[in-house]
Amino acid sequence: MDLSAIDPVLLLASLMISATPILLAAIGEMVVEKAGVLNLGVEGMMITGAICGFAIAVESGSPFPGLAAAALAGAGLSLIFAFLTQVLLSNQVATGLALTLFGLGLSALIGKPYAGVKPPPSPRLDIPFLSDMPVLGPILFRHDLMVYGSLALVVGVWAFLKYSRAGLILRAVGENHDAAHALGYRVVRIRFLAIMFGGACAGLGGAFLSLIRVPQWTEGMTAGAGWIALALVVFASWRPWRVLLGAYLFGGITVLQLNLQAAGLAIPVEYLSMSPYIVTILVLVYISARKRGSSLDAPASLGRVFHATH
Amino acid sequence: MKGMVTMQGQVTEAPLLAVEELSKAYPGVVANDGVFFSIARGEVHALLGENGAGKSTLVKMIYGLVHPDGGRMLLDGVPYAPQSPSDARRAGVAMVFQHFSLFEALNVAENIALGMEDPPPRGALSQRIREVSAAYGLPLDPERIVGELSAGERQRVEIVRCLLQDPKLLIMDEPTSVLTPQEVEILFTTLRKLRHEGTAILYISHKLDEIIELCDSATILRHGKVVATCNPREHSARELAEMMVGEILIPPRRARRTFGEVVLEVGGLSLPAATQFGTALHDIRLVLRAGEVLGIGGVAGNGQDELLAALSGERTTAPGTIRLGGREIGALGPAARRALGLLAAPEERLGHAAAPDMSLTENAFLTGAVRERLVRHGLIDWSRSRDFACRIIEGFDVRTPGPEVPARALSGGNLQKFVIGREVMQHPEVLVVNQPTWGVDAAAAGAIRQAILDLAGAGAAVIVISQDLDELMEISDSFAALNEGHLSTPRPAEGLSVEEIGLMLGGVHGGTTAGGTGEGAHADP
Amino acid sequence: MPILEKRPVPSRFWARGTPVLAVLMTMIAGGALFALLGKDPVEAIRTIFWDPLFSEFGFYYRSQILVKAGPLILIAIGLSLGFRAGIWNIGAEGQYIMGAILGGAVGLAFYPAEGWHVFPLMIVAGALGGVLWAMIPALLRIRFGTNEILVSLMLVYVAENILRSVSFGILKNPQGFGFPGSRNLSEYPAAANPDLIEGTGFHWGGVAAVLMVLLAWGLLSRHMLGYQIRLSGQAPRAAHFGGVNPDRLVLVCMGISGALAGLAGLFEVAGPAGQLSPDFNVGYGFTAIIVAFLGRLHPLGIVLAGLLLGLTEVGGAIAQQNLGLPAASIKAFQGMLLFFLLAMDVFTDYRLRPGGSRKEAA
Repeated sequence: MDLSAIDPVLLLASLMISATPILLAAIGEMVVEKAGVLNLGVEGMMITGAICGFAIAVESGSPFPGLAAAALAGAGLSLIFAFLTQVLLSNQVATGLALTLFGLGLSALIGKPYAGVKPPPSPRLDIPFLSDMPVLGPILFRHDLMVYGSLALVVGVWAFLKYSRAGLILRAVGENHDAAHALGYRVVRIRFLAIMFGGACAGLGGAFLSLIRVPQWTEGMTAGAGWIALALVVFASWRPWRVLLGAYLFGGITVLQLNLQAAGLAIPVEYLSMSPYIVTILVLVYISARKRGSSLDAPASLGRVFHATH
Repeated sequence: MKGMVTMQGQVTEAPLLAVEELSKAYPGVVANDGVFFSIARGEVHALLGENGAGKSTLVKMIYGLVHPDGGRMLLDGVPYAPQSPSDARRAGVAMVFQHFSLFEALNVAENIALGMEDPPPRGALSQRIREVSAAYGLPLDPERIVGELSAGERQRVEIVRCLLQDPKLLIMDEPTSVLTPQEVEILFTTLRKLRHEGTAILYISHKLDEIIELCDSATILRHGKVVATCNPREHSARELAEMMVGEILIPPRRARRTFGEVVLEVGGLSLPAATQFGTALHDIRLVLRAGEVLGIGGVAGNGQDELLAALSGERTTAPGTIRLGGREIGALGPAARRALGLLAAPEERLGHAAAPDMSLTENAFLTGAVRERLVRHGLIDWSRSRDFACRIIEGFDVRTPGPEVPARALSGGNLQKFVIGREVMQHPEVLVVNQPTWGVDAAAAGAIRQAILDLAGAGAAVIVISQDLDELMEISDSFAALNEGHLSTPRPAEGLSVEEIGLMLGGVHGGTTAGGTGEGAHADP
Repeated sequence: MPILEKRPVPSRFWARGTPVLAVLMTMIAGGALFALLGKDPVEAIRTIFWDPLFSEFGFYYRSQILVKAGPLILIAIGLSLGFRAGIWNIGAEGQYIMGAILGGAVGLAFYPAEGWHVFPLMIVAGALGGVLWAMIPALLRIRFGTNEILVSLMLVYVAENILRSVSFGILKNPQGFGFPGSRNLSEYPAAANPDLIEGTGFHWGGVAAVLMVLLAWGLLSRHMLGYQIRLSGQAPRAAHFGGVNPDRLVLVCMGISGALAGLAGLFEVAGPAGQLSPDFNVGYGFTAIIVAFLGRLHPLGIVLAGLLLGLTEVGGAIAQQNLGLPAASIKAFQGMLLFFLLAMDVFTDYRLRPGGSRKEAA
């Protein structure tokens, strides 16, 4: 084993990269859940975004159309979910699962010709002075632009929910859809928009994975990242800053275990690979044990079917 | 009706709102059929009717939530057809809902902002809330989370939300159903002040004495039609009731008033709140004898559900806190308590007392499994269960095509008769019911009260938890009030004045009257 | 604009008719998808739905349908009980793997001893492996209120890593020339799970599936536990009021679904798969979720749905071979099937009513 092979600067730098896909997916899902909808299809939307973004980036030779396509694909897929759960009143758990299964299949179908292809590189931040700083430069200021985009998104979502009237209405719909309806708000329309936003974010997260983080297309490459994003929302108690914290913690663990694998630690590879999932479970247990009996944080209408009777 | 003359004696030119031939039908039911009435500025107009008479549909049409099939409305003489509540609010119509349209996890200011068309910025809004709520005697802290407020305070939030928009017409749907008598007085003071300022108030209620006290005119609805328009001050409560129900009401009769042995003892029963906005129970004590009906009054949200859950066995406590016939049962679950003779009927019919999508047979099995011996070696005897369901249907006049119909297909009154009947037919030693006649038509309510009295007459002990004080006074032998999870010491119901009850409900009890302090003073006939 | 209106009584016609309609609509939409991929839609649909039954090699394919339907039905029966009670075990795939590992390990431990007792012990160990793995989310939910969907799903990834670990490690075939994977159990008579009638694809897993279907049917229609399961899913508060202990129900439902998934894994590893290898699992645990819903969570429906999805699995494999369709396309197809089913489910509980006045559309 050679722990000296682990460079702490590189480790911290790759932490941000590693955290970004789940951060994107989780912040989107948080908005969906704040509107009172539980979409378990994050994994399916992520991987569909991953392949659609990848394919368009390869075909166009530039990552930006790819990212746009990924967001569109995620939002498009989420429309199926929105239509089924909001118009046809289907069970949200079952529909979300169907979305995941469908997304996994569809992505493999689209992705067949793209296995082994290299995507076009995406531009990185390069600020003359900041990016050249020792230590802080590589950790903070030399990343792909999307990394900063995801941070901006967290700030945007936070401000939207806290300060805007639209954000207040969205939270109101998630808290008590019957009361929101009685006050004249269009519950279904608001939820449609939230679901599509969540889909677009998940799609972007997937494209970040296939275009920037890996960068390559392999079948099933999200490997549970969408589910981890769902767990993060619970971990974060539906608060944007905690989603950021959780995503970076999780990114740190992932990067660390990869580095340990590379360093040839005496622990078998399989046990290191399963560690992110076990850590996720442990965190979920910790959060739920602490919150037992009080559910202040979860939107009160989460997962419930809304049907206006008049 | 000559409602053009207001309290102040001014004669106004045209009505503020005129409703003409308004109709609305739902599948299988005509909710409103050619309804008409008018209301002037500064007039308090009552809409009176039983549950299901069409009051809620009518006000929802005025508030833009429901769109009429026919007829029209005029506001200030011009046609008024709101497409949504926000149209209505812009036109100067505001509404306080019966089941509050509030968001528990949000604070007061956010809740109020949600009900306004163009709320001012947050700081200014909070300031306005403080000013307006103080001016009308309804103090509110804009930063508090609504889930932590009492029912009375929540209603203030709704009222202040309306007042901030300077409404021309304020609709109030059953506003006093969750208030103590003292809180009702505060509300009436506010409403009189509003009337004085020229606001028209449409006041929906089935509480007749309130209407007589407050309203200038009344429109009475029955089965979706206007059956009378009158000045309520010129009629007695009984006359109004008979206009509303359309028949002569017979109060329930009781067979006897002698009590037997003590069957149920509760002592030192405390339970933490089960949920964030739930109520904790504190040191509940009561003693119940065979044949006795104990009425427990209180404003909603003061621990009624929790008390029922603690007695039914849905929540368990230390064994000694509850004794049935001397036996410690505090730690037993619902099935075990049922086997020993303690039965219960919760308030929420659909989803708690009965499973909405299951048939009446399956719902009869829900609580009848043990005492009616419907299970053998884990296998269910469905034909016996069906027989049991049929006996309930027959014995309690439940209107249904048959026992295979799902519970949710029944009307509220019929399902409630089924739920109460299911427990009564199992010959309980002790029966605990919560809100037995809530949302039930007068005929069914009468039948249910009679069944409770007959059960007590046959020697069972009954606890009736209700927010309807008239009901409690009618059927109880002793009375106690539940306030923030504390139960007052039970006192004989006979001779209690409304003022005394009001004080008990408000948490002021003990010491002021004889019997308020001693354990032994309760329920002596 | 037409509006949805709740039916007073659920429609029996729609409850039974939706699966059939969903299959038809999936064929149409799936055909369109294949056409988009440049394949002949009619041929693709025929290959998936017709060839496995009636083509030249139908005798072989038909046995393969049973091979695939067996574990699907077995797992779906277990899942359906939990789903009915509102207990969402999504990690049957993990329980399937753990059942295979534990059951397979017991068989390998006896190698090369002969004896009638080996296979029954493997069955017990297989069920136990599934139960133990399912108890993790069950106990965490009861003790801490942790979401069982996420935990059971995370455990699938953990189980896959354990499978990789044992395939390369302690259970590796010592005579396997360094290749990953255990000894071949199907060639070890005391531990093998062969076809009971040669060439039918009907092994002990099929027997277990049939048995469990009958038991589940009896349970749901006549037994107290079945009533409690149905009640808890429909009206949890009423169930609590009726005396159902929700914690016990979580343990029982998760336990049963874990046991059946574990059994399915054991029968697979000792039979058609033959050995424990890093990729012996092919996602039956996830496909079974579709089977459970498509079968309306009803035992008989699950049998039909299991056979149908077994058919599409075989058909998908043929299409992959003959038409060059990617293996994953059948997954997209199955996801679509579930979409259509869920979409049309609404008509069981609601009916469409043309909106009254024009104002209503607002």
